[in-house]
Amino acid sequence: MECSDHSTIEVSNLRVVRNGNEILKSISFHATSGELIGLLGPSGSGKSTLMRSLLGVQAITGGAVRILESHAGSPSLRGRLGYMAQSSAVYLDLTVEENIRYFAGVLSQPISEVARVTDVVALASFSRRLVSSLSGGERARVSLGVALLGSPPVLVLDEPTVGLDPILRRDLWRTFGDLARTGATVIVSSHVMDEAARCARLLLLRDGTLLFDGSPASLLAASSAPGYDEAFERLIEGDQ
Amino acid sequence: MSLRRTLLTTKRILEQLRHDPRTLALLLLVPAALVGLLSWSLTNQPGAFDSVGPKLLGVFPLIVMFLVTSVITLRERTVGTLERLFTLPLTKADFVAGYAIAFGALALVQSVLVSVLSYTWYGLAHQGVPWRISIVALCAGLLGTAFGLALSAVAHTEFQAVQFMPAFILPQLLLCGLVIPVSQLPSVLRAIADVLPMTAAVHAITPQQSDSYYLGQFAIMLAYIFAALVVGGGTLRRVSK
Repeated sequence: MECSDHSTIEVSNLRVVRNGNEILKSISFHATSGELIGLLGPSGSGKSTLMRSLLGVQAITGGAVRILESHAGSPSLRGRLGYMAQSSAVYLDLTVEENIRYFAGVLSQPISEVARVTDVVALASFSRRLVSSLSGGERARVSLGVALLGSPPVLVLDEPTVGLDPILRRDLWRTFGDLARTGATVIVSSHVMDEAARCARLLLLRDGTLLFDGSPASLLAASSAPGYDEAFERLIEGDQ
Repeated sequence: MSLRRTLLTTKRILEQLRHDPRTLALLLLVPAALVGLLSWSLTNQPGAFDSVGPKLLGVFPLIVMFLVTSVITLRERTVGTLERLFTLPLTKADFVAGYAIAFGALALVQSVLVSVLSYTWYGLAHQGVPWRISIVALCAGLLGTAFGLALSAVAHTEFQAVQFMPAFILPQLLLCGLVIPVSQLPSVLRAIADVLPMTAAVHAITPQQSDSYYLGQFAIMLAYIFAALVVGGGTLRRVSK
């Protein structure tokens, strides 16, 4: 795949084999600044493994992953990638504010950044509550707040909207769009095909294979399907 | 390694404990209560508490800190916070040192509390030096922290982590001289017991020994603390398979 000069993410022939199972099968794509990319696919398709490979916390079997012109996992990238894992990955026995303040400190961010991200994820009124007392969706927002600290140029968000109510989901997608407009590369995974319409570009993954890479409109056009679920089904049938 | 990030991690761990009064009570009050119970139960045996009580001051911090650290560190590994931290500019040394300082401070508070209660309320008349007993208790707490950190890598669940106590701590408890004097053990067991960290903690509390003897026991404890922290740090993986 030809890469742009402004590539923030470059993935070439990425393979991941775990316990003898090929989780990712020669995945290649690149992304540039300002893109909002939806990584869609059913559970078990390899989305989280691909995201963890971008972060450099997943051992890869073959190929290469470069982020911001460095190999994934390089010390120079630490703190330049915002990451939200599928599990909330925050401390349940700390308050919202204490969590965000700790991660902001590790990132050497000013204290004003704590208030800023707390506002972005709409948790200001919960800031003194223990995370263990929050709902799953609220915990996910704390995790997202941590990922947004320092406005990183690349955001890797694994299923950030799972379990959220429709209004909050809409607001978060607006936030992702705003972040992309400020120049960040935002890659968001989801197993809900309806979220495809909210992305500027889609990567469709199934059984570790990248089935489609393009805009939502081109997906519908290429598959002649009325909706994204049907488009995905037709892609699978065409692939078999 | 960054001192600022290490201390931030220490502060975060102490904040977590502040929100968890039951764990704090386990850490600080249970050892004091158990030593008090022992002193009470030995009321009718003059001198018995003076002999056994101080040895427990070297044993309790190791057990309690081992349990708490292994469970808390395992939680870091399983809920994803450790993976998240390793995508940030936090080194393994920052992480390990943050834990060691936080639990070392707690071990110190625990040992001072138990020592003060023992020498006052419980009526301990031990010929050893109180400050040395506190330092032994601090070292024992650090030993427990370091071992808990290292062994949390082997456990997959908190239940498994707790199961390491009978496997790892109880043999030391049997051999450290608390049940049978080390000098009366069979020669092979005596040789093993002499180099175990819990035995060193108990020996370092034994009164009327030479300075070099005490230095030797502290050296054994410090070597184990250092080795376990290095092993514990080594088990923290930035990249998983």
